[in-house]
This record gives sequence, C-alpha cells and structure tokens, in this order.
Amino acid sequence: MGKRLLGAITSAGLAGLAALALFAMPAGAEEVFGRAVDGQLGLQPGVTEVSRGIQEFYDLVNYIIIAVTIFVLVLLLYVMVAFKESSNKTPSRTTHNTMLEVAWTVIPIIILVVIAVPSFKLLNLQYSYPKADLTIKATGYQWYWSHAYPDQGGFAFDSYMLDDDGRKERIEKGLEAPRNLAVDNDVVVPVNKVVHVLVTANDVLHNWTVPAFGTKTDAVPGRLTAVWFKAEREGVYYGQCSELCGVNHAFMPIAVRVVKQETFDAWVEARKADDEDKANEILQQAELDLQTRKVATAAQ
Amino acid sequence: MATAQAGYNENGAPTSFVTRWLYSTNHKDIGTMYLIFAIMAGLFGGALSVMMRMELAQPGLQYFADNPHLFNVFVTSHGIIMIFFMVMPAMIGGFGNWFVPLMIGAPDMAFPRMNNISFWLLPVAFALLLLSLFVEGDSGGMGVGGGWTLYPPLATTGSPGPAMDFAILSMHIAGASSILGAINFITTIFNMRAPGMTIHKMPLFVWSILVTTFLLLLSLPVFAGAITMMLTDRNFGTTFFSASGGGDPILYQHLFWFFAHPEVYILILPGFGIISQVVSTFSRKPVFGYLGMAYAMVAIGVVGFIVWAHHMYTSGMSVETQAYFVFATMVIAVPTGVKVFSWIATMWGGSISFRLPMIWALGFIFLFTVGGVTGVMLANAGVDRALHDTYYVVAHFHYVLSLGAVFSIFAGWYYWIPKITGKMYSDFWGKLHFWLTFIGANILFFPQHFLGAAGMPRRYVDYPDGFAFWNQVSSIGSYITALGTVCFIIGVYVTLSRRERVGNNPWGEGATTLEWTLTSPPPYHCYETLPKIKATDHH
Repeated sequence: MGKRLLGAITSAGLAGLAALALFAMPAGAEEVFGRAVDGQLGLQPGVTEVSRGIQEFYDLVNYIIIAVTIFVLVLLLYVMVAFKESSNKTPSRTTHNTMLEVAWTVIPIIILVVIAVPSFKLLNLQYSYPKADLTIKATGYQWYWSHAYPDQGGFAFDSYMLDDDGRKERIEKGLEAPRNLAVDNDVVVPVNKVVHVLVTANDVLHNWTVPAFGTKTDAVPGRLTAVWFKAEREGVYYGQCSELCGVNHAFMPIAVRVVKQETFDAWVEARKADDEDKANEILQQAELDLQTRKVATAAQ
Repeated sequence: MATAQAGYNENGAPTSFVTRWLYSTNHKDIGTMYLIFAIMAGLFGGALSVMMRMELAQPGLQYFADNPHLFNVFVTSHGIIMIFFMVMPAMIGGFGNWFVPLMIGAPDMAFPRMNNISFWLLPVAFALLLLSLFVEGDSGGMGVGGGWTLYPPLATTGSPGPAMDFAILSMHIAGASSILGAINFITTIFNMRAPGMTIHKMPLFVWSILVTTFLLLLSLPVFAGAITMMLTDRNFGTTFFSASGGGDPILYQHLFWFFAHPEVYILILPGFGIISQVVSTFSRKPVFGYLGMAYAMVAIGVVGFIVWAHHMYTSGMSVETQAYFVFATMVIAVPTGVKVFSWIATMWGGSISFRLPMIWALGFIFLFTVGGVTGVMLANAGVDRALHDTYYVVAHFHYVLSLGAVFSIFAGWYYWIPKITGKMYSDFWGKLHFWLTFIGANILFFPQHFLGAAGMPRRYVDYPDGFAFWNQVSSIGSYITALGTVCFIIGVYVTLSRRERVGNNPWGEGATTLEWTLTSPPPYHCYETLPKIKATDHH
C-alpha cells in the first residue's frame, strides 16, 4: 500500500508540474489593457501595485489548487484501476490508519498557512490608503454614475453608457469605444498619482469597480466606502457595475481615463469653466496623441 | 397483516387517493411526494437556466430584448427554485424522509402529521413565488428581479409593487416548512433509533441529515427575522435597512448571510451522506474513518456559522474583520479535505463495481473537489476584490451545487430507486444521462472561471464583446446538459414501466444498511417488530 501511495503521489506531482508549465506560458504578443480580450483565460493585466499583487497571489493559489485537484484526480483514477472488482476480488477491511488521518489533516493546514501569509499581505496593501493626490466621489444611480471632484472646485458630471450612435461618432474620429463599456464622460485621473475614490449610491446598491486597478467596492446608500489606486500607465480602463441594481445593471459601466498631468490640468480647467465640449476635446486629442506615441515606440 | 380493513388495502395503505396522498402521514409517501415535487421544480428551474444561456450565447440582446427585466426575474427565480424547491426537497424531504427512518430502524417519523404539513406548505410557497411573476416588481417590470439574496434597497424602496411581498411570504412559508421538517428529523434521530443503533452506529447519511437539520433549525429563524424586517420596511414604514431612517442596508446582508452560508452547507451535507453510502456499498468496504467522517460534518456545520461575511468582502467592512473571515473560511477546507480523502481511502483496497450510482459518486468526488478548491481562492479577501460578483463565483458555486449537490442527488436517485419502486433503473438511459450531464456541465461551468477572472460580472443580460467566446462555449454546455436531463426523464419512464421486480438487496454484500433488509418496495408499514442491532455490527 505504501509503495502504491508513493507512486500515486509522484505521478500527481508530475501532472501538477505539467499544469504549472501550461499556466506560466507567456500571454499574446500585444497586451490589451483596461478590458477583457475575447477568449482570455486569466485576469486582466494590472496597472497598479494592487492589481499586480492580486495577479501574483492568484497565480500562487492557482498553482496550489491545480496541484491539489490533479493529486485527487490521480488518486481517484488509481483506485478505479487498481481496485476494480476484476482485479481485486476480496476487499480489505481496513477502516483506520492514524498516520494517514493525521497527515491529511495537518498537510492541508500547512498549505492554508502558506496561502494565508501572502493573502493578509495583499489585503493590507489594499487597505493601506497612501496619502491622496486626488480624491474623487462616485455616486451610483439607477442606472448611471455621477463623479465629483471636490478638490478641483467641486465640479461634477454624470457618466452614461454610450449607445451605438455615440460609439460610432467616436470610432469615426479614430477613438476607442468598446460596446457596453464606453461612457460619455470618463473619470479622468493623472498617471502615477494616488487617487482615492469615495463611493456611495443614491437609490439602490451598486458597485464601482475597475479590474485593471484591482479595485472593487459596493456603493451603498447612506454609507461611504473607499478605494485607492495609483495607475502607472496611460490609457482607458473600464469596469462594470458589480452589484445587481435593476433592469439596466449591465448598462452602467465605469471608464477611467489615465492621462498625463498636463492633460489632466487642462481638462480640469475646462471642467471648472463648465465647458464640457472642450473638456472632451482635450481628452480625445490626448487619446490620439497617445496612439501616435505608441506607433512611434513600436516603429523604433 | 391479516385482512384488509375497510378503506385500506392489504398493505395497510388507504385506498382513497385523497386520504393516502393529501392526508398522508406515511414517511415513504411523503418522501415520494417530495421527490416528485423536486423533479417538477428542478425541470422548471432548469428550463429557466437554459433560456438564460440562450440569451447569453452571443453578445447583444436576443430573446430578452423587449424586456431585459425578465432576465433578472429568471436569474432570481432560478436561484430560489433550485435552492428551496429542488435541492432541499430532494435531499432532506425526499431521501431524508424515505431513508432516515429505514436506516435507523424506526417505523416512521416522530411527528407524522407535522411531516404532512411540512410537505404541503411547500407547494403553497412555490405557488406564491409563481404568483410573484405576474405582479409588479422592481424596475417597473413584473416579478422579482433582485436576485435570490433579495438585497435592500432594491428589494425595499427599489421594488414598489407587490411581487417582493409575494416572494418574502413564499420564503417565509418555505422556511416554516423546513423548520418543522428539521424538528421532526432531529426528534426522530434522537429518540427513535432501533435497539442497539447507537449514535456512533448510525449510517453517515443519517448523520448528514442530523447535522443539516440542526443548521436549518438554527439559521432559518434568523432569515425569517430578516425578511420580516424587510416586510415591515416595505409596508409599515420601519427603516431597519434604510439609512434615511437610521437603518443600514448592510445589516440585512449580515443577517441574510448568517442564514445563507449555513444554507449552502445544508444543500451539500446530505450529499456527503449519500456519497458515503454509495462509495462504501460499491467498494464492498465499510466507510474509512467513520468517526472522522461524522465529526468532519459536525465541524463543517459549526464553522459554517462563523464565516458568513466572506460573501461581503466588498461591502466596506473593516480590514480586520475581513482578515478574520478569510482565516475562518479557510479553516473549512480542512474537514472538507478529510471527507474527500476518506472517500478515496474507502475505495482503496476495495472491490469496486462501477454500477451507475457509483459512477455518479465518482463524478461527484472529482467535481466537488474542483468546486472546493476555487472556494479556497475566493476565501481570500485580497483576490476576491477581483473575483467578487463575477462569473468566477458563478462557476464556483455551480461546481459545488450543480455538479456537487445535483450529482449526489442523482447518485442517491439511482442508488435508492430500486428500493423505492422495486424496479431497477435503466442502465442505458442512466449512463447516457451521466455522460451528457458530466460533459455538458463541465463545458457549461468551467469556462465561467475564465469569464470571471477576465472580469465579467454576474447577473448580466448582455456583456462586452470581450466575453463572447467563452459565453458561447458555456451555452453549448447548457444545451448538452439539458439533453442529459431528457435522458433522465426517459430513464424514469423506462424504470416505472418495468414489470420485473428487484429483490431486497440488488447491490450485494456491500449494502449493509437496514433499508436493504426490507422488501423492494418496502412494506407500507415496516419494522412492526423493531430490528436489533448487535454491538459487533458495523455501521
């Protein structure tokens, strides 16, 4: 029995390694940020310390749980072959093995401790709230978001999902406008700055989330919850309402545009002057500039 | 039984249909009604899920374009029906009623008339839920679209119409039914065991029902309180869950999950019991580590009461509270691991025959493991930040419920149907049912891990194009599973139309529990002389 068990464990280990190799395979050549790519298997690529932390932890736990699952599968397949009626006519009467029972209690505890240490580290990072460079207030409504900038004079705007016409208009200008994700007024933040988002709701529960930032928090009427992020890459990052809020739950996305500080300042000036068209123009110009810069970098 | 009395047949069963079924106090008849009810509700709830998958097969609005609210109503009804009207009636009401008395050598349940009301409250509850579909709910549409969790304020100020009141009353009555049933089972198991059937000789299925009914008894009153507060918030101007009057929507979530986390164990624990019986029978070996198995269930039940807020990591709880719930939740993996390894150890050294119930049990063990390990992932608040309320969660709980609980129900069905009906199942249709369900459900649910990791939120009628591929795959899996269900129905028909009867024990020496000493089907009134269990007998 001992030898058989050893053999089973070894083969389980090998199969686990094979699975790890599969998981560690490099992703496709051109990475897309800020939204899911069709057919993708894992998390969206992160652009903050927190989302990279989530990715690392997710990988670690995946290695462990895939190995455990394969171990169980191999054991199952082994007993199915070795102890089928035709190959083992007389069943044993063994019903106890203290060593074994202690082992399968203690080993899982050790594995859980291995998981718990980085888990608590990640959790604490998410709640570390470094000093804010910018604070935004997000309020959920049925079915749109309202975003306010209290430090920049307190202007506020609503973010509605773009319909097909609105998207077409943007795409014709060479801008990005993914279906069910693009909104009329993006949240705008400067790159590499600590942003706090205070989240609440006005009617029912909503949830303000951006996967690429590793942030997600419920919007609760009468309560303020907070997330923080420091986006390290320019671009647009989308999220979707993640708490059932009624018929248009699927149609109140969140779009956060990370821009250079100059662009952010110009946009803030336009917003303060209540010139929405100019504000959006600045952002569109910045997006086109970013595309040009990317093409230039790719050509080098 | 000598001669039949007037109004009763030679077995002692009432000849009048109304007396026999509506006024039924016989645990076997009530068990049968529970099983029929569960099958009906399961087909209805399953049909809802197939329609949801049809909608989600491609991006954009298809079938629900005129009324996307109806999709939310389907999501809600599917959840409530599958939990309260399919899995619970099948496992506790159906198999529990049938086999707890038979396995402990009791002539019937302790309170037969209460058993009757436990069952008949369920169709009433179900009717209330169905009625809610035809009156105004939230978002100006008909029916409750707030999800099975019924979170306020969407369920209070967000749903002005009476649909939510119907749903709340439905839950109240289903809950009362379960509490009465739980009292009945606990009393029966504690007081009506045959001579010599000590607590530590009870079959593990009985243990699983005992633990489950304690969870029901302790958790359901909290739920009843929470939805009563919601009812008064909705109709009598209280503000338990409304910040505008000093209440708190998050309070409801705490109360709800204090019930609903034990509830998800209520759905799986009887399955653990069934799998233990099946694995032991077809390995021709007693269960490995019987005491460990029994007390692992007790441990899962106890710890299940102190982990509820892991459903609420994004609700704004303090970081210390989250850390506690991470820790407590991961602890559950230990007794669960004990169960899985003990099943494998039961098979180790056995003489395994791959009869149909055993195949379902083997499928269960593997798929439950997959669902269990993704639970370890979700237990960690740090990574749950990314996965909360996404399809990863949907994949996780369908692996433990749709592939775990449901597989164990089918294992139990094929294991006990010869005992219940006296007729052998159709091996052909049963195997086809297994393979279509096994393959279909994996194609259906495995890709949902990918969707969730990529960020697709749950309860979405439409999604961005980046989620198209895996949604399409998932929908194909749903159609294959639906085909499997058709095979199940055909199999039931073939079984029931058989003329030949099986003997007392079609499974051979591995089936050691008391129900296999009775005829198939068992006499209407059995154990008129109580069986005696010898001290040397194995459980």
